[in-house]
Amino acid sequence: MSERFFPDAMPPPLVDGTTLPWWQAAAEHRLVVQECSQCSHTQFPPSPICSECHSPERGWRALSGLGKVYTYTVVYRPIAAGQTLPFIVAVISLEGSGGVRLISNLVKVSPEEIEIGMEVKVIWEDMSETLSIPRFERR
Amino acid sequence: MKERKAHIVGVGESPYTRWGKIGDITEHALACQAILKAVEDAGLQMEEVDGLASFAEDRNEAIFLAAELGLSELRFGNMVWMPGGGGGCAAISNAAMAVESGQAEVVVVYRSLCQGQFYRFGAGGASTEAPTDPEPPSLQQANSLLLASMGLAMPYGLLMAAAAYALPTRRHMHLYGTTSEQLGLLAVTFREHASRNPRAVMGGRPLTLEDHQASPMIADPHRLYDCCLESDGACAVVITTEDRARDLANRPVEILASEQGTPKGYAFGPFTNANISDEIYATGGCEAMAKRLFGKAGLGPHDVDVAQFYDHFTGCVLMQLEDYGFCERGEGGPFIESGALAWKGGALPTNTHGGSLSEAYIHGLNHVVEGVRTLRGESTSPVDGAEVCLVTSAACVPSSAVLLGRK
Ligand SMILES: [Zn+2]
Repeated sequence: MSERFFPDAMPPPLVDGTTLPWWQAAAEHRLVVQECSQCSHTQFPPSPICSECHSPERGWRALSGLGKVYTYTVVYRPIAAGQTLPFIVAVISLEGSGGVRLISNLVKVSPEEIEIGMEVKVIWEDMSETLSIPRFERR
Repeated sequence: MKERKAHIVGVGESPYTRWGKIGDITEHALACQAILKAVEDAGLQMEEVDGLASFAEDRNEAIFLAAELGLSELRFGNMVWMPGGGGGCAAISNAAMAVESGQAEVVVVYRSLCQGQFYRFGAGGASTEAPTDPEPPSLQQANSLLLASMGLAMPYGLLMAAAAYALPTRRHMHLYGTTSEQLGLLAVTFREHASRNPRAVMGGRPLTLEDHQASPMIADPHRLYDCCLESDGACAVVITTEDRARDLANRPVEILASEQGTPKGYAFGPFTNANISDEIYATGGCEAMAKRLFGKAGLGPHDVDVAQFYDHFTGCVLMQLEDYGFCERGEGGPFIESGALAWKGGALPTNTHGGSLSEAYIHGLNHVVEGVRTLRGESTSPVDGAEVCLVTSAACVPSSAVLLGRK
């Protein structure tokens, strides 16, 4: 099990059949983005059909886990029991993803250090045997 | 031929309070109270009401209210598909389309909130109580498409609206140098407007820029006074045709134009979606809709005498000022600093009731009520000679807006 940053009581991922494969890849510590098998358009959140060519043929592109901070907020109110405050929610532009961004957290960074454009890399937090969440740390 | 152009002929509301303070009557009873007042204000009989419209997962379904209010027949029961407060003006728009098409003669748009009886919106459904019988964290089934979308944000702790809307605002600050003081001035201006409004929950609580800067950080850059109130209360707006409006007591207010708009790929906006196109990420997402709205009315931003902007958070108002063309992109901060939003002497008197930051948070339907009052000359912060009022619904989510005109 990995280093822990957030408590067990954090809201769990609510998933449906469309988003489930993304979370299954996360459980294996694979950061992926949905890619159209027809036109290679990448998309997040996952979608049952390609928003560009409407093909239902969907694949998954493996990413490096590197990225940059697009925007962020430092949150001073807890949303779950046992949380360390403040915590940072950030939007990460994912390298090699065809322009896809991901909502996630910055960890091991103090609020004063954060800058938009800061280079980050994924760090997996195993919340349990079956659930892993991608967070990001400075690189 | 009958003239069916839609007009607003009545407005009404319950008392507004801090959230959780209305516990003695139910939320639907409070809705009925506001609807009765609005219909009375219009000088209409309840039997004439044949339409009810609302928005954003209203807990108080029209069919039940119709029974409680004793409507002869509900010919138009309608709810807008937009989560959050973006659909208020779209509900007005739908009501207008209903009366103009002959689907209904008199439609009431309503909103009622008793947050203590359900849950607090501001908390986003989060609970900081430790679970009594904890299971190992695991994936959970989303029982709606909205929850499947929110499921991609919640595991990161993105539940509070204050945090979600901080994301585009922070990016706006990065791109254009917008400051916390500029956001604070906006809150101070609206509070000053509320000081004359007896309905305003914060009417008796003056606010200075120093107070704003000293207030606790909730979700950077949002300090406490950048966030709207959390309120209980209800309000309602009555819409009918020009023909029917003609012989009623009040000066009718014309719905000059109405629009709703969700940009490509926007979904729920920054709340759950990081992949809004870069061109509109640090905006309210309303620019294209605003152009259509003005185009439809044959008006421009310079024709607007007074505005009621949905103010869930200060930054979202700042970005709307740019979206609607009152200033250039990135110039929202300096525009606020110029004093433009003040009811006296401002180029664009804005939120003359105090807005959701200072009057009450009734999902912005109270902004439509104030828009009507400004054009009837009944606002407590009157704008002399006001003929055109812009009213918007929540930005940074799928949004809607109306232009109202004095007859
Ligand atoms: Zn495609």
